[in-house]
Parts: sequence; structure tokens; C-alpha cells
Amino acid sequence: MAKILAVDDSASMRQMVTFTLKGAGHEVLEASDGVQALGIAKTQPMDLVLSDVNMPNMDGIELCRNLRQLPSYKFTPILMLTTESAGDKKTEGKAAGATGWIVKPFNPDQLLTTIKKVLG
Amino acid sequence: MSVDLSQFHQVFFEESYEGLDAMENGLLNMDMDDIDSEVINTIFRSAHSIKGGAGTFGFNQITGFTHVVETVLDEIRGGDRKMDQSLLDILLASVDCLRGLLQDLQSGDEPEMDTANELKAKFEAILSGQTEGSAPSSNGASDSGNSQSGNEDQNGSTPDGGGEGWFIRFIPEPQLLQSGNEPVRMFRQLEEVSEGKMDVKVFHDKMPTLSAMNPEHCYLSWEITIKKNVDRAQIDEVFEWVIDDAEVHIEPLVGTTLTEEPAPASPAEVEKPSDLVTSAAKEKVPEKADTKAAKKPPSSPQTQESSSIRVSIDKVDSLINMVGELVITQSMLGQLGQNFDISRIQRLQEGLAQLEHNTRELQESVMKIRMMPISFVFSRFPRLVRDTSRILNKKIELVMSGESTELDKTVMEKIGDPLVHLIRNSMDHGIETPDKRVANGKSETGTVKLTAYHQSGNIVIEIKDDGAGLNKEKILSKAIENGLITEDQTLTDEQVHDLIFQPGFSTADQVSDLSGRGVGMDVVRRNISALNGTVEVESFPGKGSSFIIRLPLTLAILDGQLVSVGDQTFIFPLVSIVESIQLEGRDLNNVGGYSDVLLLRDEYVPIIPLSGTFNLNVESKTLEESIIVVVETEGEKIGVVVDELMGQQQVVIKSLEENYKRIEGISGATILGDGTVALIIDISGLAKMAGVSIKHLDASTIAA
Repeated sequence: MAKILAVDDSASMRQMVTFTLKGAGHEVLEASDGVQALGIAKTQPMDLVLSDVNMPNMDGIELCRNLRQLPSYKFTPILMLTTESAGDKKTEGKAAGATGWIVKPFNPDQLLTTIKKVLG
Repeated sequence: MSVDLSQFHQVFFEESYEGLDAMENGLLNMDMDDIDSEVINTIFRSAHSIKGGAGTFGFNQITGFTHVVETVLDEIRGGDRKMDQSLLDILLASVDCLRGLLQDLQSGDEPEMDTANELKAKFEAILSGQTEGSAPSSNGASDSGNSQSGNEDQNGSTPDGGGEGWFIRFIPEPQLLQSGNEPVRMFRQLEEVSEGKMDVKVFHDKMPTLSAMNPEHCYLSWEITIKKNVDRAQIDEVFEWVIDDAEVHIEPLVGTTLTEEPAPASPAEVEKPSDLVTSAAKEKVPEKADTKAAKKPPSSPQTQESSSIRVSIDKVDSLINMVGELVITQSMLGQLGQNFDISRIQRLQEGLAQLEHNTRELQESVMKIRMMPISFVFSRFPRLVRDTSRILNKKIELVMSGESTELDKTVMEKIGDPLVHLIRNSMDHGIETPDKRVANGKSETGTVKLTAYHQSGNIVIEIKDDGAGLNKEKILSKAIENGLITEDQTLTDEQVHDLIFQPGFSTADQVSDLSGRGVGMDVVRRNISALNGTVEVESFPGKGSSFIIRLPLTLAILDGQLVSVGDQTFIFPLVSIVESIQLEGRDLNNVGGYSDVLLLRDEYVPIIPLSGTFNLNVESKTLEESIIVVVETEGEKIGVVVDELMGQQQVVIKSLEENYKRIEGISGATILGDGTVALIIDISGLAKMAGVSIKHLDASTIAA
């Protein structure tokens, strides 16, 4: 049971992620872009942040960089949801402080397996 | 854990349509020589999201197609490719194509891929015709995904598994922890993979003195021995995210004598790993899942009209606020009622006034939930104008204002087609060709202005062009040709303009693809009338014409005029009433075929007695004692005879069809304050019932 922040500008992806994670017993907060996510993150600590890369206002890379500036997010696992075609985004994400990535498209089972790597 | 992904399909479709709208909008507004990064980012992001979602939810056809679109967009975004007109056209065509594919999928049909394949081939041709340098990005999909390939000690034997096990040396960089990666969790994962048959040795030789130590750094390194024949890929996966932040050496364990469980590589086990590592197999797996998911939609076909609406938080908050106040008023009244005596009548009245206030506000707020900005309809017009003006070889600019004007969702869905028609009409018939415009001293580029605003409880939409205006002669000759009027009739300008709304009327010299099929304006007017709205036309020869549509803000509530006939109450939609008059010796004529006709300011208005038309068994007053409500429908005026005018009020429309059955001349019913049911008059239905179908009677016809 972990507290997870799911960030994606696509409502369907967000719903899928949230539904899956809640189904596995986690507490999930949602944000539709980096700015919103950062706002939520500042008010409370999370056990994990799952973020899309391409988003309006503030993208996932920028979010990641900003989160790492916050004392309570220094070591928090941050996973980027990236598409396979964005190979250099992985490196960019790592440079910004991301813990790892989940390659889209993924199914609920893959999602749960992957987040198990960084929880607990 | 199995999750039924089809539950997210509806949301995916909705947001994909929105994304396509955003793409279209961005493409249309794009300045090709100086592309705004925010614009191209938005376009790219939309395509990217559609692709991602389609992949996740198993719509392979969409994923494949969107991938090439996205690749091209990515190159434009990165400045590697220049945007030009032909590319823009293909991209716009792709938006249409995707919309079609999504609609097919949504309604559960097998998507029609012909156009998509054609466009895809075009994109691929564009992509292949480029320089070496940017080529890899186009097929990045195929070589990525197996990030293990980046591993330094890849040797031929590795994919076959580790024989007896693995020896791993793991030397992290000091700042490893700052990426959120935690060695303990990684070891736990390895433990799971190896089912506990694992040894870990820790080295702390790099540990500095306490004073020199940074507590956030990692100074330890490890040697891990896995004494089980596990798949190399499983080990790689554990270290996948830290390859860049650590030295990782993975070697197969050979020759070491393992006391417990020698683990001979059984053929079955050896085969498995190689299967998993090859990327071919990797691609197969999702495909299987996809076809399974893709089969689902047909079982639940959905109509394309979206059944959900998005409501802003503000609106919901205000609603909750209202309900809060209503509850307070209710408890106040409740308390008052517990030991009521006549001395507190004033407080009761205050309370009731408060309740009325609350109810009205609540009603307004609830109605607002259904209200959406008209930009939902307007947004498709820039594309329409662009495409149409190209077909017509005219230069036309569309200027829109008042996009944020709000309108009921149902009304919005029904006003789209009439507006499309009117705009096309303005472009086709109104705006002149560039050389004609120049010859007339106008600028080459014509303008179509689309404006929306609120006016006394209605929404007004104006479509105004600066073209030639309505051609009176052409209209007249066409009308005579079609037998709508006779040659010797003299008509006012207004009446001439009105002719274009008559069924079977078209002035297009050529029957074009755009307009002029003769099914146009009468349908427009009928559709608008069905929404309780009106459409007017104004024209200034040589300067342009404008169409003005007035619509009620909502279909659920109507501003009504209550009238009585005998003991019955009827309601007229206030919007259709022109005036109400008492006869008092005014001219009443009896024209052949029509019962009574009233001469009202040079215009002859047929008179319909409401009691007679609905066969009401009432003792009717004489015409002189009655009141005549003059209403307008489809450009005609009719006088309806009623006994008395009562109040005006907003009424909530209840469907008669759903609760009883359809009745001609009645559009619905409502329940009045005293609990009685009042019927709402459908003006055009009433006119039809009474057999009133005279067109533009004027003095000359009557005299004849």
C-alpha cells in the first residue's frame, strides 16, 4: 500500500493507471500536467511518482528536475512513462533525476510488475 | 490482476477527438515560415497521446498510422524538416483520416484502412526522402525497447542463460541514490528472481571518514552470486535503470562447484529465455493481447454523439454552494413550522422568498452545467473555410468572435449543420471571386465574420460576409421559374430575401458540391425552428449580407406567455410572439379559401381560432372580445385567437411524447404553480393544422 502520484495529460491513460493501482490497493492522486503535479507534491510526500513525458505547461522531464529540488523528493522513486520511439527521452529523464521508466504501451500487469521494483 | 481495458475506451475516444481538434486547429493557425514552438508542441503532443492511448487500449491500426504522423511532426518540431503547403495538406488529411478510424472503432466496425494506408505511404515516402542523419528516428521503434543492448558485456553466450548461475559485480556511482534507485530494492528483486539462491558480498573500502562523508552518497559496492540458472534478461532488467549510474558486470557462473542443486540446463528452460529476448517475440506478445481487446468493442456499439460532458470545477462548486444555502433555508422554514402562529407570518414570507431565490439560483446553476462554449462548434469552421475557399478559388478570411459564449449542449449539437450550410453559402454565393472584388474596388480577400453573443436570454449567432449581397433580380427570376411567385407580384426586399428559405429554391448557377443542391436554406430554417429559434437575413447590395440566428439558450426551459381559452391554459413560446392585439373594429377580411384575415399594417395575417383548431368545447367569445396573439413562424405571421392573456413565466418543458403521445400542434407540456398541466403550442404545427400555408399575401393578391 503506497501513495502514488499519477501524472498524465491523457485522461484515459490516467484512468487506466489509477484504476490499476487502486485495484492493487494503492492510494493514488492524479495530476494532468507537471505544474499541477508539482503543486500536489509540495503539499504532501509520495512514495512514488509516475509521470508521462509529453505534457502541456510542464513536461515530465521538467517535473522530474523540479521534484528533485524538493527536500522530501530527493530519493523518491520517479518513473517516466515513455514511448519506445523516444529513446533519447530516457537519457534525458535520467539526467533530470528519474529513477526509471515504463515503456508505453503497457498493460496493467506490466505496470504493477514495474512499480514493484521501486516500492517497499 | 486482470483489468478490463474496454472501460476506458469511451474516455480515450473523447480525448482523441479533442486531440484531433487541437491538431487541426494548430495546423490551420500555423505560420509555416515561423512555427511557434507552443503550437507545434501541442500538435505533436496530441498525436503522441493518441498513439500512446491507442497502443495501450489495443487499437493497432491507429498506433501504426499515428506513428508515422508523429515521426514527421517530431522532425518538424525539432527543426529537421520544413513545413510546407503539401505537408500541411497531408497532415490535415491525416487528422480527418484518424477521426474516421476512431469513429469506426467507436461504433464497433472494422476500420476502413485504405485512406490511412495511402497517407501512411505518403508519409513514408517523405521520411525516406531525407538525409541520413535524421533517418534513425523514423525507425526508432524497432531498435529500441530492448534496452539491454546497451549493456557493455554483451557476448554471444549471454542470451542462452547463465548455465549454472551468474556472478554480478555492482559498483554504483556515489550519487546513485539521488535518482531514487535503491540497491536494497534491487537485491530484493534479485532474490525473488533467484528464489533466494543468492549470496551478496558488500565492499566498504571506498567509505570515507565520518567527517568527509556525504550522507546522501552511496560508498558501498557489491558482489552478488546467483546460484540458479535464471534468464539473463531478468537480471538485466533489475539493473536496467542504473546502467548509467553504476558499473555493472554480469558474468555467467561456470566451473564453480555448487553444492546445492547443480541446476543442469534443461532443454525446455534454455529455449524459453532465448524466446523472450528476441525482439520478434517481444512484438508478438502485445499483438496477441491487442487483437483480443480490439474484438471487444463490437459487443457494445456506441453512438458517436458523446453522452458525457465535462463540467468545470467552478460550476460544480457553485452548485454545491447553492444546495448548501437551500438546506439552510429548508431548516429555517422547518423550524418556523414547528410552532407556528400567525404573528410569525412575516418571517414565513421572508423564508419563502428566500426559498424562491435559492431555487431560481439553483435552477440557473444546474442549467449552466449543460452549457458549453460555442467554440466547440466554431472550431471546425477555420478548416471548412480554408478547404472551401481553395475549392472555390477565392480568398476568404474567417473572423470569429464570441467563441466563449455559452450554449446548451443539445442546442449546440443541432446548430452545427445549419451553420456549416450558412457559412458555405456565404462563401459560395456571397463572396465574389478575387478579380471581381478588385474590379469592384474591394480588397482581394473576402471576409466572413462569425459572431456569437447573448442577448436577452437568447444566443445570437451572426454570419456576415462582405460579398455582393443577395442578388434580388436573380432571386426573383429563379422564384418565378420555380413557380414560387408569379411575374406580376411585387415584393418588398424583406419578402424577396425570404424567398431563399423556400423549399426547392436555389440560385447557384452551377450545382456545385458545396451548396446549391436546392436542399439548403429551407432545411436550415426548419432545423432552427425546431430549436425554437429564428433566422433572419439582411442584405446590402455590393456590401454583403448577414444571416442572424437567434436561439434559446436551452431546450429544457422556455420563456412562455400563458393564455387561456375557456378553462384551459396554453403556453406560447415568447420568442415567437410578435404582438398581441384586441380587434376593436379593425379590418377583418374574408378571403377566398381562408376563413378570416386581419389587415395589420399593410400585411394580411390569417387568423386561427385556438378553440376551433383543438376542438375545445368552450363557449367562444366573439372575435371582437377576444385577443389575437400574432406569432411568426417560418417567416409567416399568424393571428391566434385566445380568450385572455395571462402572465409570462419560465416553464420547464416536459415531453408529451414520452409521457402520453405526440399531438399535432403541441410541442410539450408543463406543470404550472397550481399543479395543473398546461400545453405548449407548437406554432408551425398549429399553422399546418389550421391549413394556413399562404405565402406572402399582399394587397394585390387579396384584391385579385
